[in-house]
Amino acid sequence: MEQSIYRSHILICGGTGCVSSGCKEVRSSLEDELARHDLEDEIKVLETGCHGFCEKGPLIIVYPESVFYCELKPENMEKLVEEHILKGKIVEEFLYQEPVTNESVRSYKDIDFYKKQERNALANCGHIDPEEIEEYIATGGYQAIGKALTEMTPQEVIDEVKDSGLRGRGGGGFPAGLKWQFASEAEGDKKYVICNADEGDPGAFMDRSLLEGDPHRIIEGMVIAAYAIGADEGYVYVRAEYPLAIKRLRIAIEEAEEYGLLGDNLFGTDFNFDLHIKEGAGAFVCGEETALMASIEGKRGMPRPRPPFPAQKGLWGKPSNINNVETYANVPDVIQDGAETYKQVGTEGSTGTKVFALTGKINNTGLAEVPMGITMREIIYDIGGGINDGKEFKAVQIGGPSGGCLPEDKLDLTIDYDSLLEVGAMMGSGGLVVMDEDTCMVDVSRFFLDFTQSESCGKCTPCRVGTKQMLDILERITTGEGQEGDIELLEELAENIKSTSLCGLGQTAPNPVLSTLRYFRDEYEAHIYEQNCPAGACEELLGAYVIDGEACVGCTACTDACPVDAISGEAKEEHQIDEDACIACGACVEKCPVDAITQ
Amino acid sequence: MKSLAELTELKEQAEKKLRVRKSSGKPQIIVGMDDCGIDAGAREILKKFLAEVNQRDLDVIVTQTECSGQCDQEPVVTVQLPEESKVTYGNVTAEKLEQIIEEHIVNGNILEDLKLDQ
Repeated sequence: MEQSIYRSHILICGGTGCVSSGCKEVRSSLEDELARHDLEDEIKVLETGCHGFCEKGPLIIVYPESVFYCELKPENMEKLVEEHILKGKIVEEFLYQEPVTNESVRSYKDIDFYKKQERNALANCGHIDPEEIEEYIATGGYQAIGKALTEMTPQEVIDEVKDSGLRGRGGGGFPAGLKWQFASEAEGDKKYVICNADEGDPGAFMDRSLLEGDPHRIIEGMVIAAYAIGADEGYVYVRAEYPLAIKRLRIAIEEAEEYGLLGDNLFGTDFNFDLHIKEGAGAFVCGEETALMASIEGKRGMPRPRPPFPAQKGLWGKPSNINNVETYANVPDVIQDGAETYKQVGTEGSTGTKVFALTGKINNTGLAEVPMGITMREIIYDIGGGINDGKEFKAVQIGGPSGGCLPEDKLDLTIDYDSLLEVGAMMGSGGLVVMDEDTCMVDVSRFFLDFTQSESCGKCTPCRVGTKQMLDILERITTGEGQEGDIELLEELAENIKSTSLCGLGQTAPNPVLSTLRYFRDEYEAHIYEQNCPAGACEELLGAYVIDGEACVGCTACTDACPVDAISGEAKEEHQIDEDACIACGACVEKCPVDAITQ
Repeated sequence: MKSLAELTELKEQAEKKLRVRKSSGKPQIIVGMDDCGIDAGAREILKKFLAEVNQRDLDVIVTQTECSGQCDQEPVVTVQLPEESKVTYGNVTAEKLEQIIEEHIVNGNILEDLKLDQ
């Protein structure tokens, strides 16, 4: 008899994060154990996309009990199978433990990391097999395109998206429905829809996770857009550094073609749509829409002036609609549930949810989808679990290299497109890099400028030369060579680059510098005028250490720790550090039992 | 895909394969599966329950649990219907198993003569 129904499903997270923490080895060990106990016919093992809680990977969920196990190792599988799968005993030691209460949590729904989230775009990520189209269909997948094609006119689809208030999730926040309207109204014998999956911000991985975890949702969103604007062909532009996302998307496209959900005469109508993948080589500038289209055409990825906008003259000169992965991921819900339901989540000007990638000095790194209008404090402390190692929060960088750094007094700001712009940051694609007291803000802006400078395509002078000048100044400041007037020069350059660059890359490149100057100007001044890095991060500005003679107990621990023999003194007597010999490595500070050494 | 009806039919078929991932509000058959249960043949009983549920295309969760302390009555099987109290049966055999499915799960009648005292 064909075993169509299993008594238990074991879902292993197979997102890129969990692959790197060893989920493949865990899976093969799990399968060996199931075979050893003759359980293969009763238990189905499947690999899902990202659960979001990458910090705790590899992750497993065991159904029907929905027990969430984390930080698993291949050697744990013997016990897991013998205890839980065979005998029904939950294995406490593999459960997640709340860091504050030390309580074991059985279901992922009860973990703080997930409690405040509203997973809509990510609803299926981690819960279905992305390589199995029927799992997507079982969750209601492709119903929205069926509804649109058989019950709605293209204009009704556009109106629904307009009414939902859905704004572009890739950074700019332009209303998606309006964009579709422009492409729909443009004259053309041929039109295209394009998905921008060229996620390039350092620390951002929401688009990758969506493609890895629920590729059919993106395909469905694109087919709906194609129907709305009258396109019959589409491209997903995804960077080649995302091999797993490309593999799963490719499988998904093949499956959709096989099931007649891509191709000709969809749902018995005369609507046809073909979808292709274009692999990008990973240049940051190719996330800019005109550069992206040039790259699809086989040209060098460089932006061109707008207008004409892609809606008028896009790919191969034809009217084209281009949205980001997460934007398309929201579309099926808008059509299936209607704009009114969609708008129930979020704020008036920013409806729905946003996926953020939490990284940096935060306890729970991972992927979190939250309603618009949530505060930064809730994301960082309630979902993210606060700052690593009990350190103090200093700033959060939002929006990648185009965004800005926000200080502690902005933690209670509600997050939406407009509030972020007001404080000098931007939604961007949703990267959140959390920084603690040991992070130097001048060094952070140097890091981002270094990134944008090297990613500048060089077509326009303000971006090519201007960012280089800014980077030179920042490098000078962080190495103790800062001069009076540097801050003012940075500000002047920043304003010029912003207002005269050709594309978004140059227009937003100075933002990290401007926002850190706005909120952390004193750190720049300390570097320039006092040759001091308040965070103690810029090595060349660190002074020699001194020992407080009264506190010193003469234990000689520091003498032994010093790699350059700069510390002298007899046992049980006061010790001294030779300032000229000291290299400020800090090794002595760590060893001193009475905290007598300071900088 | 020719129509929305075809998709909906496919959805209903596909949903069956994912039933096990939604356990709340569904009838549950819970087989005691500690060493005492396994020694008394609980593994075979569980497999038969699963096969029976499959064959009858029932939306029922088949799962297992630890020893309930009634080792001499193994295999012990508990039936939990939504919003009703648990009923435990002892010394379950293949024959009793069919009765449990037919009477209790399908028709909702507790088999008083097979029931164990709690």
